[in-house]
Amino acid sequence: MSSASYADAGERGTGGLPIRLTGSRSPAWWGTVWFCATEAMLFASFLGAYFFLRGSVEAFGAEGGRYVPLARPLVMTALLLSSSVTAWWGERGIERGEGGRLRIGLAATFVLGVAFLLIQANEYASRDASWTTSAYDSLFITITGFHGAHVAGGLLMNLYVQLRAWLGHFDAERHDAVSNAVLYWHFVDGVWLFILAALYLSPRLF
Amino acid sequence: MAGPVERVDLAALATRLEESWHTPKTLYGRLTTVDHKTIGMRYLATAFVFLLLGGLQAGAMRAQLARPESHLLSPEAYDQLFSMHGTTMIFWYASPVLSGFSNYLVPLMLGARDMAFPRLNAFSYWTFLLSGLFIYSSALGGVMPHGGWFAYVPYTNAQYSPQLNMDFYALALLFLTISSTAGAINFIVTIFKTRCPGMSVSRMPLFMWSTLTTSVSMVFAMPALTAALIFLELDRRFGTHFYDPVRGGTPLLWQHLFWVFGHPWVYIVILPATGMASMIIPTFCRRPIVGHVYVALATVSTGIFGFGVWAHHMFATGMPALSTAFFSAASMGVSIPSGIQIFAWLATIWAARRHVLATPMLFMLGFICLFVIGGVSGVMTASVPFDWQATDTYFVVAHLHYVLIGINLFPVLAGFYFWLPKMTGRMLSERLGKWNFWVLFIGVNLTFFPMHVVGLRGMPRRVYTYPAGMGWDWLNLVESVGAVVTVVGIALFVVNVLWSLKRGVPARANPWGAATLEWATSSPPPEYNFTVIPTVSGREPLWEAHDALLGPADQEDVQATDPARAVGHATLHGAPRHEGAVVRLQEWRVLDEGKETLESTLLDADPQAVLRMPGDSLWPLVLSLALTGLFAALLFKSPLWTALAGVATLGSIAGWLWPTAATFPPRRAA
Amino acid sequence: MTMSFAQLRAVYDRAPSAFDATGPQAARLATLGWTMIAIATVVFLVVMALLLVPVWRRRNAPRVDGPAEPVSERAWILYGGTAIPALILAGVFIVTLGAYDSAAPRPNGPPVTIEVIGHQWWWEVRYPGQHVLTANEIHLPVGRPVKVLLRSEDVIHSFWVPNLAGKTDAIPGVTNVAWLEADRPGVWRGTCAEYCGMQHAHMALSVVAQDDAAFARWTDSERAVSAPPADSGTLEGEQAFLQAQCVYCHTVRGTLAQGTVGPDLTHLASRLTLASGTLANNRGNLMGWIVNPDRLKPGTKMPAVPLSGPQLVAIVNYLESLK
Ligand code: HEA
Ligand code: HEA
Ligand code: CUA
Ligand SMILES: [Cu+2]
Repeated sequence: MSSASYADAGERGTGGLPIRLTGSRSPAWWGTVWFCATEAMLFASFLGAYFFLRGSVEAFGAEGGRYVPLARPLVMTALLLSSSVTAWWGERGIERGEGGRLRIGLAATFVLGVAFLLIQANEYASRDASWTTSAYDSLFITITGFHGAHVAGGLLMNLYVQLRAWLGHFDAERHDAVSNAVLYWHFVDGVWLFILAALYLSPRLF
Repeated sequence: MAGPVERVDLAALATRLEESWHTPKTLYGRLTTVDHKTIGMRYLATAFVFLLLGGLQAGAMRAQLARPESHLLSPEAYDQLFSMHGTTMIFWYASPVLSGFSNYLVPLMLGARDMAFPRLNAFSYWTFLLSGLFIYSSALGGVMPHGGWFAYVPYTNAQYSPQLNMDFYALALLFLTISSTAGAINFIVTIFKTRCPGMSVSRMPLFMWSTLTTSVSMVFAMPALTAALIFLELDRRFGTHFYDPVRGGTPLLWQHLFWVFGHPWVYIVILPATGMASMIIPTFCRRPIVGHVYVALATVSTGIFGFGVWAHHMFATGMPALSTAFFSAASMGVSIPSGIQIFAWLATIWAARRHVLATPMLFMLGFICLFVIGGVSGVMTASVPFDWQATDTYFVVAHLHYVLIGINLFPVLAGFYFWLPKMTGRMLSERLGKWNFWVLFIGVNLTFFPMHVVGLRGMPRRVYTYPAGMGWDWLNLVESVGAVVTVVGIALFVVNVLWSLKRGVPARANPWGAATLEWATSSPPPEYNFTVIPTVSGREPLWEAHDALLGPADQEDVQATDPARAVGHATLHGAPRHEGAVVRLQEWRVLDEGKETLESTLLDADPQAVLRMPGDSLWPLVLSLALTGLFAALLFKSPLWTALAGVATLGSIAGWLWPTAATFPPRRAA
Repeated sequence: MTMSFAQLRAVYDRAPSAFDATGPQAARLATLGWTMIAIATVVFLVVMALLLVPVWRRRNAPRVDGPAEPVSERAWILYGGTAIPALILAGVFIVTLGAYDSAAPRPNGPPVTIEVIGHQWWWEVRYPGQHVLTANEIHLPVGRPVKVLLRSEDVIHSFWVPNLAGKTDAIPGVTNVAWLEADRPGVWRGTCAEYCGMQHAHMALSVVAQDDAAFARWTDSERAVSAPPADSGTLEGEQAFLQAQCVYCHTVRGTLAQGTVGPDLTHLASRLTLASGTLANNRGNLMGWIVNPDRLKPGTKMPAVPLSGPQLVAIVNYLESLK
């Protein structure tokens, strides 16, 4: 097909139906949603393991019930939540066709994400135990580390979208990549809230 | 969904579609194709080869067990054989073979031209194949996994299994998980979004329900296995303590994580097969299935309740009575949906217009018989105190083979006899088919029924040999003889397939007079599946008055141009002969501007948008190879290569996602 | 060599079987088993009838057209597929709950407590109350509840004496409890039921049920340290044994042999089997076993100790004296 026939694609598409370019409920959107669902189950399994061990192994329970300093995680939470806002702000921008606003939003999100990782690295450095010390440390590092890796993955997507934004790929109709990357970012942020609740807060509650 | 109407010359349309959809039969074409039919057949062939491998391993095991204290196999060899047998059969045969059928049939049954994500589909296949080669490469070093298919720690931890055996197991399964998850998501989205107009949720073929349920279960179940395997590798490689009771871990964590995945998985490997039964049985009973809605509900609820019974594999671990009682009750409860399905089939057979005892139907009868035997033995083991005696004995081995062979292998063979003509365009031999069925049916029962007895007579499973005179000797001999018969049965099937490829009678479009859309197109179907996007107005489109491809609206026009209503008849019996037929169609049923298929709404399947399908691509293969490299690097603990392969992986993902003219039309000239 | 294996069956009074109960618990489980088998059979036959009768009736009937004969979804799906199975299953579940207490002891007499510890691939057996330490053989007083505390030294094993009771796993880091009771004297075979590695197949133990007097006699003799060598032959044997590598792994109480890796040999000669239920305990097998353990039990942790002919004979003489 010569690209000429695509000329009016966005507008009326073939046969009176629009050509699917973007938008929620699109196949690509559903794909991302189900991908997040399976990822969510992975973290659910991790946290399930945490509560199972805490409930069934005394040695672990003693440690798992241990207080973890809250200052850092709360700052990290603030960073991630605001990064979700900036991401959302940028996406709204491109939905209105404002490419510049998208790029700024992505950049801000990127900075906040990096800051999150830096603080996490600092938290690891400050722990006196390594992940080979005990099952509790193994689990703590694995869960937070996996989440950190997901944040890093989200940052890579962010860069990729930023690049394509500069190449002017996106406009009000077509920004599938943006929507999916942002959706995934929100998901990673959401997961963090559960980790915060389980590893940092729950020991103070029960 | 009214759109502009145009007059279409079907023959000309077919040639236009041919242009956009054709994949050259060159090497490059074969490596890059994203055609769901090709991929589906590759899945089927590959999975079947794994079945043969697993079967040969089983044959070796049966030879060793035929006599007491026999020394054909060393203990280590036997351990690797039964572990690879179980792992191969469960992970590389039972589930992928069903993905093969789903891959081939889902778009056809939905009236779509391909899966929602064709390249992801190719990727799923390549990773499935490569992960299989990955785990089998362990044979080269003589270090095949030896921990059984559920690899209980601590035996599988580094202290007791220092070589690579279990690393192959863990990494290969993590690799396969990627394939299964990608495939599952693809099926879900395809069924959600590409159903042809008219196929509202209530009209979906039951096979769609079972594929959907299985895929959703996969999405939710696999991560538990992933977590368990990650913990295992970290324990083995990096000295963490997840499963180490001395440092606050416990081996029971593995058991819970594994079975949280494991039990849903056993339903994952049968639900699509029961869906196939719900397509095949009505066809040969010449009537719609009884209780369509209830079967759909039963399928979904089996998938859901399957998540609530895992601990019935752990009744002997000393869990508190209260929890074992709960899991016992749940396990019995999960039998009820199966009962509903069984009785729906029984009712359909009872009220059949007539019984065509063709080979697929024979396998269906055998399937119901084995399903019930395996099912009730499952209910017996669900009874906790009884399980204290039965667990870890050959009684369980009997149960698992009755269900796996009965509810997976038999429907799969029925499916081959039923759909292979659609795929290859040639019928299989009925005479050989009948032999195939009877030999296999007798062989399977001869092999596995005595296992119930020998198990309750105290023979534990996973023993490489056993003392004489314990009351097990002749029963084991019978089982081994049965295994030989079974092998002959399978061999007969292989022969039948090979024969049909050469001499098989050419298959018409709808040789069995079945009801669903895959039979509305020629056998084998054109690369674009359907010349025009079909519409349906019921659950059995091909059994309804009007032509499935061309809706009533289009009919008069056909009559005008083609008095014999060639089109109308043609699609019902035999290949559609569109020559010269000029019909009036809404434009969205034509979709001939490149590779396109229709996107429709979630519930009502109203036409919603046009999906631009990506063309053939090398990226899926490249990415799969990069991943293979990554897992190999992890296996050999090489940081350098891990890093390189990691970069290659990310690179191929980026390359894959980079827009192409087809998936991402250039900006409109303003 | 197959000869030597053949003698093993003679060690036990009866073949292992969940349905050949020699104790109250297994008896309960056997009844449960038969009940379930009966239910399963009925269900199976009913379904087969519903399946095959119509097929038979209508096999190659003439082609019929017109609408399909109506069926009562209510009858088939609601009653046949849901209600009736639900009732049967409810029944099965009640029977199940009823059989739960088969795992608990009957309140007759103070229980005897045994510690059974799984090793790759043998069973360590301790009677804390009686100060008895032995291996691969447990003795029970008939008619008295026996409490078995199960632990594991390495991987997961599962303790199973089909004629007496169901299985209980021996899991590292966990202490599980199993109850046994024999209602008649006899010798049966117990085995490891959880896959635990290369010699999972040869990890059995003998269960000897005897009346209180005999049981007391056994515990007394087991408690005693090994008798000093009676004659010069055994003395020579003892020397050979203590000089050989055997002592690094085995204990013979009353001598310098204090190894703890392998089974305690203090009263080896009094046991029914060798290498945890692999061979009947007799001179020929003992000799064959010491010469090359790996040939009879590939993968066993016991090495072949280099011994001269005379040394071997002497050591076997000695071991045979350890009654
Ligand atoms: C194909 C996969 C499959 C299927 C469908 C099932 C189905 C069932 N399984 Fe099975 N199971 C396995 C595969 C499967 N299983 C495997 C592989 C293992 C061994 C794992 C290992 O250790 O290696 C296993 C082990 C296993 C155990 C553990 C045994 C042990 O290790 O001690 C238990 C215990 O409860 C169990 C129960 C059940 C039950 C209750 C069902 C039910 O879903 C069955 C329901 C069906 C019916 C009941 C028949 C139809 C119904 C009717 C005709 C209605 C009337 C019936 C009645 C009133 C009873 N299974
Ligand atoms: C779909 C699943 C599936 C299938 C089909 C089978 C098929 C068979 N199984 Fe398997 N089995 C399992 C799943 C399966 N099994 C699982 C999950 C376990 C548990 C493993 C564990 O404990 O971890 C198990 C364990 C298991 C055991 C217990 C091992 C032990 O505990 O020590 C035994 C023992 O007899 C056995 C035997 C057989 C036999 C004889 C067949 C026969 O039906 C095989 C029939 C033969 C074939 C299917 C292929 C025939 C080959 C040819 C025809 C070659 C000819 C070639 C050409 C023509 C090109 N199986
Ligand atoms: Cu110990 Cu099996
Ligand atoms: Cu299960």
